[in-house]
Amino acid sequence: MKRNRWGGWAAGRWAAGGALACLAGVGAFLGIAYRSGLPTVPTPKATEFPTELVSRGAALAAVGDCIVCHTVDKGVAYAGGRALATPFGTLYSTNITPDPETGIGGWSKEAFKRAMRDGVSRDGRHLYPALPYDHYRQVHDGDLDAIYAFLMTRPAASAPAKANDLIFPLGFRPLLAGWKLLFLHQEEFTPRPDRDAEWNRGAYLAEGLGHCSGCHSPRNLAGAEETGGGAYSGGVAEGWVAPALNGASPAAVPWTADSLYAYLRTGVDGRHGAAAGPMGPVVHGLSRAPEADVRAIATYIASLSADRAAPKAPSPPDRAAEAAKANPAGATLFAGACAGCHEGGAPMMTQGRPGLSTVTALQLDSPDNAIRAILQGIHPPTGPAGPTMPAFAASLTDAQIADLAAYLRSRFSDRPAWTSLATAAATVRKEDTQP
Amino acid sequence: MSTPHPTSLSRRGFLTGGALVVSFALAPKAFAQLAGGGEGGAGPAVVAPDLKGSLKSTPWLDAWIRIDADGRVTVFTGKVELGQGIRTALTQVAAEELDILPAAITLVTADTERTPDEGLTAGSHSMQDSGTAIQNAAANVRMLLAAEAARDWGVAADRVTTGGDGSLHAPDGRSLPYGEVAARLSLHVQAVPDAPLRRPSDYRTLGLELPRVDIPAKLTGGPAYLHDMRLPGMLHARVVRGPSVGTSLQSPDLDAVARMPGVVRIVRQGGFLAVVAERQWTAIQALRHLQRAAYARTQSPLPADGTGDAVAATLKALPARDIPIMDTSDPAGPAVRSVKARYTRPWISHGSIGPSCAIARYVDGAMTVWTHSQGTFDVRRVVAELLGLPPEKVHAIHAEGAGCYGQNGADDVAADAAVIAKAMPGHPIRLQWMREQEFGWEPLGPGMMTELEAALGADNRIVSWRHAVWSNPHNNRPVGAGGVLAGNEADPPFPAPEGKPIPMPEGDGSRNSNPLYSFANTHVVYHFLKNMPVRVSALRSLGAHLNVFSIESMLDELAAGAGIDPLAIRLDHMRDERARDVMQAAADRFGWSKRPKGDGRRGCGMAFARYKNLGAYCAVAMEVEVDRETGRTLVRRAVAAVDCGQPANPDGVRNQIEGGLVQSLSWTGREAVRFAADRRASFDWSSYPILRFDDVPGSVEVVVMDRPGAPFLGTAEAAQGPSAAALANAIADATGVRLRDMPLSPERLKAALGPV
Amino acid sequence: MTVTITVNGADHSLDIDPATPLLYVLRDDLELNGAKYGCGLGQCGACTVHIDGKPAFSCLTPIGAVAGRRIRTVEGLGSAEAPGLLQQAFEKEQAAQCGYCIAGMLMRAQALLDRNPDPDEVQIRAHMQTNLCRCGTHMRILRAIRRAVAMRKGVHSAQEVRP
Ligand code: FES
Ligand code: FES
Repeated sequence: MKRNRWGGWAAGRWAAGGALACLAGVGAFLGIAYRSGLPTVPTPKATEFPTELVSRGAALAAVGDCIVCHTVDKGVAYAGGRALATPFGTLYSTNITPDPETGIGGWSKEAFKRAMRDGVSRDGRHLYPALPYDHYRQVHDGDLDAIYAFLMTRPAASAPAKANDLIFPLGFRPLLAGWKLLFLHQEEFTPRPDRDAEWNRGAYLAEGLGHCSGCHSPRNLAGAEETGGGAYSGGVAEGWVAPALNGASPAAVPWTADSLYAYLRTGVDGRHGAAAGPMGPVVHGLSRAPEADVRAIATYIASLSADRAAPKAPSPPDRAAEAAKANPAGATLFAGACAGCHEGGAPMMTQGRPGLSTVTALQLDSPDNAIRAILQGIHPPTGPAGPTMPAFAASLTDAQIADLAAYLRSRFSDRPAWTSLATAAATVRKEDTQP
Repeated sequence: MSTPHPTSLSRRGFLTGGALVVSFALAPKAFAQLAGGGEGGAGPAVVAPDLKGSLKSTPWLDAWIRIDADGRVTVFTGKVELGQGIRTALTQVAAEELDILPAAITLVTADTERTPDEGLTAGSHSMQDSGTAIQNAAANVRMLLAAEAARDWGVAADRVTTGGDGSLHAPDGRSLPYGEVAARLSLHVQAVPDAPLRRPSDYRTLGLELPRVDIPAKLTGGPAYLHDMRLPGMLHARVVRGPSVGTSLQSPDLDAVARMPGVVRIVRQGGFLAVVAERQWTAIQALRHLQRAAYARTQSPLPADGTGDAVAATLKALPARDIPIMDTSDPAGPAVRSVKARYTRPWISHGSIGPSCAIARYVDGAMTVWTHSQGTFDVRRVVAELLGLPPEKVHAIHAEGAGCYGQNGADDVAADAAVIAKAMPGHPIRLQWMREQEFGWEPLGPGMMTELEAALGADNRIVSWRHAVWSNPHNNRPVGAGGVLAGNEADPPFPAPEGKPIPMPEGDGSRNSNPLYSFANTHVVYHFLKNMPVRVSALRSLGAHLNVFSIESMLDELAAGAGIDPLAIRLDHMRDERARDVMQAAADRFGWSKRPKGDGRRGCGMAFARYKNLGAYCAVAMEVEVDRETGRTLVRRAVAAVDCGQPANPDGVRNQIEGGLVQSLSWTGREAVRFAADRRASFDWSSYPILRFDDVPGSVEVVVMDRPGAPFLGTAEAAQGPSAAALANAIADATGVRLRDMPLSPERLKAALGPV
Repeated sequence: MTVTITVNGADHSLDIDPATPLLYVLRDDLELNGAKYGCGLGQCGACTVHIDGKPAFSCLTPIGAVAGRRIRTVEGLGSAEAPGLLQQAFEKEQAAQCGYCIAGMLMRAQALLDRNPDPDEVQIRAHMQTNLCRCGTHMRILRAIRRAVAMRKGVHSAQEVRP
């Protein structure tokens, strides 16, 4: 499971394609679509870059998680080729190793920075905003230098770009200029003087390279993030709900900087559940990023929900008896399929894995994350060790998943019951089995 | 047909004539360390030192081989099938020396009332002990049969031949089936040491790649394991303990469980607690309910979590007894280059795929225990002492379990089941541990460290070699009630026995610390650490895993510094021809001389060891590819060569070496038991991941050396050390980075590689 | 309560707690040995069976959830006397050490072959990733699966199943 914020647009948003096309058409009309190519340069030698700069670039690249999108499963790192499914068709990430023919070996630092900030390839073509240049605009110049140094010191791999497969007319890149005109106006990050250095560092990383709001904010019809008050009020990624991180955070127990740090670093926090879906690769990157940077991100993100009201109940709910009465079928399924890990006395519980009443997926308005976790399971994000859950797609029917989800919601949450669960299960299952 | 030994007839005559009153002692009382297992445990005393293999302790032929009047042959072994294919190999050995068809043989494995006590099935001793015993016993039997037929026919014994199908032939064409001749003989005679063996050129069965006899049932859901036994009236039990050894549950809710429908009994004696139910699922639910109770740590603190320095710090803080292993002083030139290095290995779990299981039944004062322990006779000793029963009232029978690779929970679960069965006479009790119980309670493979310092002289010869190894005992096999968890929980408890080292040449933590190479001025010391912060015992290959890893890593470190080819430095210091052959064979098959040179990503490494310096010879070469971004190492291909003497079944040997190699890659490349302050934190496969299909080598090839008629050499553990070292050496060749602390994990490699 | 399940084509009615995992029903009630208890956590695959043709962990499948659905165990692939194609391939490759994982491996692999009769090495490895083997029999298991693919195509020489 890889992060792909574009894939998050629900199928119902196909109209967005049309909207985007219209907007872009305007842009094309205005004649701003043309960007000049920049000359190729001889590929810099790895030895030209000071080690210190490369190390810094490595740390920043880990926060930005470049490797995830730019590497196919078990393929050569950064050689591109990963398919990014979007509602507008399939994009393929490109080779960002310093191979002169197929990678960015012929790119000057300027060409690289232009791509990162303006979404324009060295040869002048517009890049699709699957590359979150709207965020990268905020990255300091020196940090882009470091990332450039890091990428230019990777082993070069020859891997020609795969042709994108987009719906008409989006394959026509000049249209992107219009999108940029409307949505690309972020500035380089400036620290807030009323906050301390750690918070500012966290904000810089999260808003820039980390592009957290790319998933955790809603998007408009043209696929641009909501900003201002709407920022961090929750979004969608690859069909998974990316929960709100602001005051509307649905977490059963409020996030703290410490719990966020544990979560971002290891993929699991004892009071919030495990990273699943596209959050897995994020944690994978952050588990390798500098500890101080991850702490800073945690501090910043935790501050977003600082104004959240304190939880009503002192401890999260667990009403086994009532839930079983209300959903006996769900209770039976839980006893046979889930209790071995999630019931009191189970080894996972003894060993400090999160109890279900603290798992955010059961607190969301939408049941989709819970259903998705049941259908697909959870894979340890940081390597072979870590939180894991088997997939139940083969053993439970949609109706059974609906029963189970209803039981889970009533047992482990104070929130209103989910509705139309069987339909939701069928929908999620269908999405999951699409290629 | 071979010539019977001239003294054998008179000897047989004497014994059959006058010594029938001597009964075959199935249960020798004497406990003799190392009598058969090579890894502690108890075993029978040696009574016939001039005989070979386990005939030394059980010299009577009828203890090994019986031939019915109808020609059916039963062969008895005190060793057990662990998935190593020993049933098939021993059947082939017996068939060859008896010169009958393998299909005519029924093989009975360890059973305290039927088979010889051959100590543990461990230490790669099965072929050496039992294979050799059965081979010689069968040769004796064939000799006796031929002599008896010769007498009957009035021909010279050396004119009688066998036909490979259980028949004896006279030169004039007369023939007699074995059954008929055997009916006139008593096999209750002692073996003679020199009954002639069949000539390798005449072999009909030995060395063939016969399919394993146990595999068809395993592929089709046939009853293949102890786990598959169902006895009439059998009840299901679960034993209840804290999350890991050294913890105890505080006031578990017994009342609620006693009221659960289907719960038959709660067995509580001293600190021992178990639930018994009609159905397995009920027992599990009862267990889970009881496990909701809080737990407390009751034993000394666990090691600090972590590998490398953390392991070293834990071990160095323990009081050590220094045991000299090797000390030579030779004239040698001055050192021109020396390397000093520390190597470590964390605690490793056996990680059997099937948690341990046992069935026990107590009827009329007699206990029967079905066990997959490696020490069936030890189970009897343990259960007898634990329950205060006379040993003859305890019948232990081996039935196959999942692979155990040493002392996992098998012994403990057998004792647990027996305690429960004793409390519920008449009811067969089936007890299987849960996954987390196996991880939490089994003895782990000990964490270890070594410090090596070696120097090369101007002529590229090693002029000095120092090797120090720190380890807990690997030898805590239970031979009495104190060795199992239930014994420690009894009231009053049987105290756990003190750990003892296994002396060389087998060794435990010291195993393979004495290099087979000829190094000048070799100094090896074993810092034996008696006090164990974690429950530990034997894990496949014991100390050889780290000792071979250390020696073979150091050789490459020296070679790399001096620009010597890794194969050359090994051959230059090896006098043992068979060792040289094995290294050369692996190198040839691998294409060592034409191998790609390390280029930052790809590289090759090799390593060698002769297991315990007295078992099989094994060399491993492998090519790896490292992903520098993630530190992930993939073994593209591996080649092993092995010399185990006459291979009984070359495919069986290949299977063991292949498996050992892959398992060692898992241990070496990614495994480490994690510790929380009060418990083991590795409790399932998500907290103790092992190698999966994605990470196994692209290919593994095994060359089995042809050594016709050569004595059997233990094979099953031979690949563990060399595979570990070959991996480290290949990574170093590929990246220039030398990893000395296991696991050689992606994180560790990535950290060592740095960002560039 | 009474639950009726269909295992290897035969119906069985049981009076049983519907939460009971299928694994224990197969082993203790139907006395089928194939599916094994390895972890009870859906982490090892020793208990793998097919439910409506898809591989599933019987240790985490409540019996009540599979009433009326098609369950297939390794016993349904063939017997020692008449082994199925994949079982024959495992036998030919001697793809077992202790063998405890093997019934699960067979069911996992069979599911792949049922869906894709000609998988390549990458597909085989990715598909088998779910199942654990501690004996290190992986190389033989992979060979056996390749052999089954080849056998189905009518290729019988061992040479052709090496990668
Ligand atoms: S026993 Fe079911 S997956 Fe391990
Ligand atoms: S063969 Fe033993 S676990 Fe796979």
